[in-house]
Amino acid sequence: MKEELQELYRYRELLYMITYRDIKVRYKQSIMGFFWAILMPILIVMSGIVVRYAYAMVAHTPLQTADIASVAIKAVPWAFIVSSIRFTCNSLTGNRELVVKIYFPKEIFPMAAVLACLFDFFVAFATLSIFLVFMKIGWSIYLLWVPVLLASMVLFCVGIGMIVSAASLFFRDVKYIVEVFLTFGIFFTPVFYDVRMFGDRGKWLMLNPVAPLLDGLSACIAHRESPDVHWYLYSLIFSLVAFLGGFFLFKHLEPAFAESI
Amino acid sequence: MSDIALRMEHIYKKFRKGEIYNSLRDLLPAMTGKMFRGQELNANDKREFWALQDISFEVKRGEALGLIGRNGAGKSTALKILSRIMKPTKGRMIVNGRLSALIEVTAGFHPDLTGMENIFLHGTILGMTKREIQSKLDQIIAFSGIEEFIDTPVKRYSSGMYARLGFSVAAHVDPEVLVVDEVLSVGDYVFQQRCMERIRAVIKAGTTVLFVSHNLKSVTEICKRTMLLDHGKVVTIDETDAVIRKYLNAGNPAATPDEKKPVYISSVKVRDRAGEQSTFESGHTAWVDIEVTAREATDKLAVVIWFADETQYIIFHTSTERLGFAPVSLQSGGTYRCTFELSLNIAHGTFHLFTEIYRYDIQKSYDRYEPVTTIFVGSTTAVGGAVNCFPRLIESETVAPSPHSCEV
Repeated sequence: MKEELQELYRYRELLYMITYRDIKVRYKQSIMGFFWAILMPILIVMSGIVVRYAYAMVAHTPLQTADIASVAIKAVPWAFIVSSIRFTCNSLTGNRELVVKIYFPKEIFPMAAVLACLFDFFVAFATLSIFLVFMKIGWSIYLLWVPVLLASMVLFCVGIGMIVSAASLFFRDVKYIVEVFLTFGIFFTPVFYDVRMFGDRGKWLMLNPVAPLLDGLSACIAHRESPDVHWYLYSLIFSLVAFLGGFFLFKHLEPAFAESI
Repeated sequence: MSDIALRMEHIYKKFRKGEIYNSLRDLLPAMTGKMFRGQELNANDKREFWALQDISFEVKRGEALGLIGRNGAGKSTALKILSRIMKPTKGRMIVNGRLSALIEVTAGFHPDLTGMENIFLHGTILGMTKREIQSKLDQIIAFSGIEEFIDTPVKRYSSGMYARLGFSVAAHVDPEVLVVDEVLSVGDYVFQQRCMERIRAVIKAGTTVLFVSHNLKSVTEICKRTMLLDHGKVVTIDETDAVIRKYLNAGNPAATPDEKKPVYISSVKVRDRAGEQSTFESGHTAWVDIEVTAREATDKLAVVIWFADETQYIIFHTSTERLGFAPVSLQSGGTYRCTFELSLNIAHGTFHLFTEIYRYDIQKSYDRYEPVTTIFVGSTTAVGGAVNCFPRLIESETVAPSPHSCEV
């Protein structure tokens, strides 16, 4: 494992170049690229507002600015998770030539796919921050949690990404299964709703490893409080296991890539 | 540091033929079938085949080893194992130093990126650092010869330009071990020459080279020693000329009568004084015996023969009719024999002999073998190109500049 990580480190410039390629190709027409980066987040935020508005109607409470902010803050990272897993899924099969013809650590592909989506995420998040300022969501010390939570999220995506990319290389229908999970995942993840709405049963929803991260982001940005550290640790451990397990599995399968793709 | 750059020890590689389960939809029913009915999941055991069997060889530091063999002999698999793209089923392999493969020189390109961006992308994929590419950038661009299009997306390139840029990047990696596979088939003649020169320069600089090609001429030019593979096994490793001789002798397919044709070439033999032969000295005489058999009565036939070089360029052709013989008419079941005597005033290289039965007045081809046989011509005179003009240098003189012209 150590050797493989060292090799990956030696190829770090390649990771950077492939990421650059993926971003560059997407942003070749810069306006379309920017639009692409914010299209999905905007749609999710808008649907979130609709859902939140419906909740407020049913509960006969006015729709709070903080609620809208919270939905937006959770929707943008959710869009990142969805798109990065979607892109990693095709990252090996879409680079067939390189997988078959040239030797280098192939985990670079899923990693680069996540990093390229992370770039989109930053574009979308920067756009979102402007709106947050208008909504009078100000600074607080808890914002220091944001990079920690994001790092966990990237770790999680890379781990899952390595698993699904390798799996879809061997089994072409994996991508349809992944797509179903990504489409319906939003109902099992606190993006439009809060786990608190479920009272005690909310903890079952927190078992979803993404939930503590999204909930944490919403807590530290919109509500200016510390995320639930215990749930965060649970999620971190899950992400670490996904990353290490994914890496191990990927490396174990890698020698068979060229002849199976 | 050991003087062995590359070594394979008893390498085996097994592949599976046919469709394997590549979707869960197929795999899961197969697995449950196995569990409930005791069905064999690996019913395709028989479909396994060995792409490589017991391959052992070594290449010394700074040596250039050629690798030849027919399609499917296992050359590409061997290279993929060497470059670690595939793992051998069994066996051990040692590579000392940075290995770079000139296998698919444009694999790393992205069509939407410009030439310049692709140089960096492809360069890093091949294992160069950004700084390294930066320092060689001018050389790479100059070598490719497409300076003016370097900021154009490569999807607008012609396929030749595409390949040239790819080769230029790949040729500047400066590896310790270079693996070359059929890259010289790209680009025009001038570029191919430049590639060969580059490979020669790389060898001169002390790089170990493993050179795979169907172009036997370039193999002879580059490699002293060559390995011949056939059906995944090493046939021989020896001096290049000897190996090529063996390769050509083993492989000339016999002319097989085709049942449908009214008249067919039933036998072709190329011989020298001693008998059937496939290697000749430049300038010597060769005889080509051709036998034609008719199934039905046919009129006004001529036998055409021609030589083509590695690039399928026809360097010579003639026919019985061109040589002044009257067209032949054959009765059903009849045969016709002719012998051409040829002075092989051709340069060092590999040439394919083609034969055809042709009727000139109605321009009809009855039967054709392409190539019916391949001959290898060796030459004691160092000449290049297609023909041997048997040059002799009869005058060689250096003229000092006259004192007057210096002042002008």
